[in-house]
Amino acid sequence: MKKYFLGIDLGSTTSKAVIINEQDEIIGRGITNTRANYMVATEIARLEAIYNARFSILKMKLDEEIKSKPEFKKYIEDIESVFQYLQFKRRLDKLIVQFDESINSTYESEKKAIIGNFVKTIFNKIGPEIKQEFIFANLGNKNQFFRDIVSERYNKEIVKLGKEYFEPMMLIYDKSITPVENELTEFDFKELIYEALEVLNEKYSYLENTNPEVSNIQFDIEMNILKGNHKQVHESIKEHITFIANMDIHIANMVGTGYGRALLPFPEKSIKSEILCHAFGAHAIFPKTKTVLDIGGQDTKAIQVDSHGLVTSFHMNDRCAAGCGRYLGYIADEFNISLNELGPLASEAKKEVTICSTCTVFAAAEIRELLNVGEERADILAGLHKSIVMRAMSLLARSGGVRNEFTFTGGVARNQAVLKYVTELVRKNYGDDLKINIHTDSIFMGALGGAMFARRSYKD
Amino acid sequence: MSKSVSKEKSMIIQKEMIAGLLKELGNAKETGKKVVYTFVPGNISELILAFDMLPVYPEINALQSGMRKKSEGFILDAEKLGHSEDVCTYVKCDVGMMINGNIGPSGEKIPAPDLLLLSYTGCFTFMKWFETLKRLYPNVPVALLHTPYQEGHKITPEMTKYMVKQLKEEVIPKMEQVSGNKYDEEKLKKILANSSKVEETIIKIFDTTKNRPSPIDAYFAGVYYIGPINNGFRGTPEAIDYYNELYKEIMDRVHKGLGPITPEGEMEKERFRLVVEGPPNWTHFREFWKLFYDMGAVIVASSYTKVGGVYDMGFRVNPDKPLESLADYCMNCYTNLNLEQRVELLSKCITDYHADGFLVNSIKSCNSFSAGQLMIMQQLELRLEIPVGFIESDLVDPRYFSYANIKNRLESFFQMLEQRKLILD
Repeated sequence: MKKYFLGIDLGSTTSKAVIINEQDEIIGRGITNTRANYMVATEIARLEAIYNARFSILKMKLDEEIKSKPEFKKYIEDIESVFQYLQFKRRLDKLIVQFDESINSTYESEKKAIIGNFVKTIFNKIGPEIKQEFIFANLGNKNQFFRDIVSERYNKEIVKLGKEYFEPMMLIYDKSITPVENELTEFDFKELIYEALEVLNEKYSYLENTNPEVSNIQFDIEMNILKGNHKQVHESIKEHITFIANMDIHIANMVGTGYGRALLPFPEKSIKSEILCHAFGAHAIFPKTKTVLDIGGQDTKAIQVDSHGLVTSFHMNDRCAAGCGRYLGYIADEFNISLNELGPLASEAKKEVTICSTCTVFAAAEIRELLNVGEERADILAGLHKSIVMRAMSLLARSGGVRNEFTFTGGVARNQAVLKYVTELVRKNYGDDLKINIHTDSIFMGALGGAMFARRSYKD
Repeated sequence: MSKSVSKEKSMIIQKEMIAGLLKELGNAKETGKKVVYTFVPGNISELILAFDMLPVYPEINALQSGMRKKSEGFILDAEKLGHSEDVCTYVKCDVGMMINGNIGPSGEKIPAPDLLLLSYTGCFTFMKWFETLKRLYPNVPVALLHTPYQEGHKITPEMTKYMVKQLKEEVIPKMEQVSGNKYDEEKLKKILANSSKVEETIIKIFDTTKNRPSPIDAYFAGVYYIGPINNGFRGTPEAIDYYNELYKEIMDRVHKGLGPITPEGEMEKERFRLVVEGPPNWTHFREFWKLFYDMGAVIVASSYTKVGGVYDMGFRVNPDKPLESLADYCMNCYTNLNLEQRVELLSKCITDYHADGFLVNSIKSCNSFSAGQLMIMQQLELRLEIPVGFIESDLVDPRYFSYANIKNRLESFFQMLEQRKLILD
């Protein structure tokens, strides 16, 4: 039986899981927001990585078809999107039940009825909207967690209700989302994947009868090809789907890391420091790495490694939020936009407004002042992104500077504006010849390092 | 870890010595003995003893207050007087204690000073500290002994001459005036002869960490070992006896192949050997220590145990040249060494005591230690290719001791060392 290895990175903001095979190849990734119940966060990430691994194996099996026939690629991506939607839907159903309970225990008589009706109307509206986005617009690929997807739409709706209902509607939301997030929703992969195939069948049958000219759905090339032959594609891959649905993904060993690692139900030897895991992950992907910068949710690390990938020193900022991912989260709230919109908006800047505050809370006050004096949002955001990177530069200097090659990891490395300033400032301070490495899986580097430790410490 | 914790004879002797001194201080007004407040780094205690006066060391009172959980209240009181958040917490703790009746950590009242002997060695805060004390005790004379920094990497004859001049023209006359005794050079020579014996024994004691396992922890237990010489007993016959006894006990451990004693008994398995730079945290001393011994980490050398005198590089007092010796002693103390000298000293410790790693405990409010620590660390990392670690805490302000952050960093550091051993061995 093939062996797989799991790394779990229980971070302060997000929990990540990575599954690798015996060749150190990543075959599964899972990520969720860390919540009060660490066990649930870990379990969600782990299960997601296992589901993702099944899809990866499916893609490996169909490698030739995927390469030669675009409709196969599209069809598998679609199954994954629908699968993600079905998982989302199970949680959403739970949330709706929880809303009822919260309303019943919080309000009485008339108010209960009014709030209840509002909630019902909102979910009747946003439920189908979200489904549409998952199935036709690939919402599952946008790095948003359950809470973000719901709250973004829910908040837009309650604004329309009038001021007097804002507070009670928010209160009910807060009371309901937390218990649902802290409880594990069980899924049966087999059940969900077959259901996903049915939904897909409906999707393409619907598309077959839809005229692209009058539809608001964006038809791409693959969709057009699939429209006519989705049944054939389905026929030719269904046995593979049955195979991956039934296969046993045998996790031979696992290692936990991250801030919450001590809370993981792993034996002591399977708990590793996130410094080592990040460095190991980064070094495994980019073997010439000498300096690693990791900007996570609640800390920033500068790590120096030797040619063996062994850590020789590290420095952390775990005192001040103004240099971490959370700062960006806070700023996104201030601007009333989602975290994912920050980087693109900052990249539209024509100049960088200098942000003086070194504190997250005070920076918010400064933003308001800057908006008052007429500075553009994009320009302010550019300045904020630069200020984070300036802090990281100072940490790097403290840790002995940047040595060649330099690898940038962590959730913040996904932000294009941060990436731009890191590249710019590292080159400016340490030379243009320096090689800068950034991987699409940068946020998973700690979990990857963990999985690699798990593989190396595994004994038959 | 063995559970049996028995008090060694040396520990009992030390306890009695300190209790005796505190009692003497408590009775000073009755016995008429004069009291000199001075600092540990570059302390010329032998000269104080030669005038039959009693020394008080404010840093020791502050650290004791920290260990007895009294420092936080004192610090808050000093802050109410206007001392800012960034001021050295030894100072604030000391000021807070004084304005609260000067009741020392043991519960006995510490007598007011008759002389403020400001031996200024590498720490600019000392000047400001005694300016504050001068305001609290406006009628007490101040004797300033300025120690030139070893900027040029060495002590020149001019530097020694400059210090001897200060001793002769500033310090000794004030001591004569306050104590009512004449300066007796023969008496000082005898006291220094005792110091010289103790210095030899101390070097032998801290050299025992060359053994595997190391019989002592040169940081957490080391700070106790240096207690007597830093707390008024340098040059006394009691100090000779204490250090002889301590050395005997440690050699006994060496012969039996035993590891260091911790608050929870004997450390049975030595896993990591470290050299530590910077003072310890005193408010959470036990918890801090436990983070090390639980991991099997033993400190084989530390810079803080050299704060009251550096003997590793060959310096010894010469009783035949008493004032020159005191001058050189002051100039040789750790915080008066330039940064390159500190790197050399630490590098020698890492090599001589076969350390696996080097760790800095950076103190938020201590400029004299913290300045240059990153440079020291990077130099050692590059020069010796050993793993280095960095943690942050404070001397006696409990608000700056984050157990979770320190634990997290130490765990990473120990895993770094372990991984290195696994792969390189």
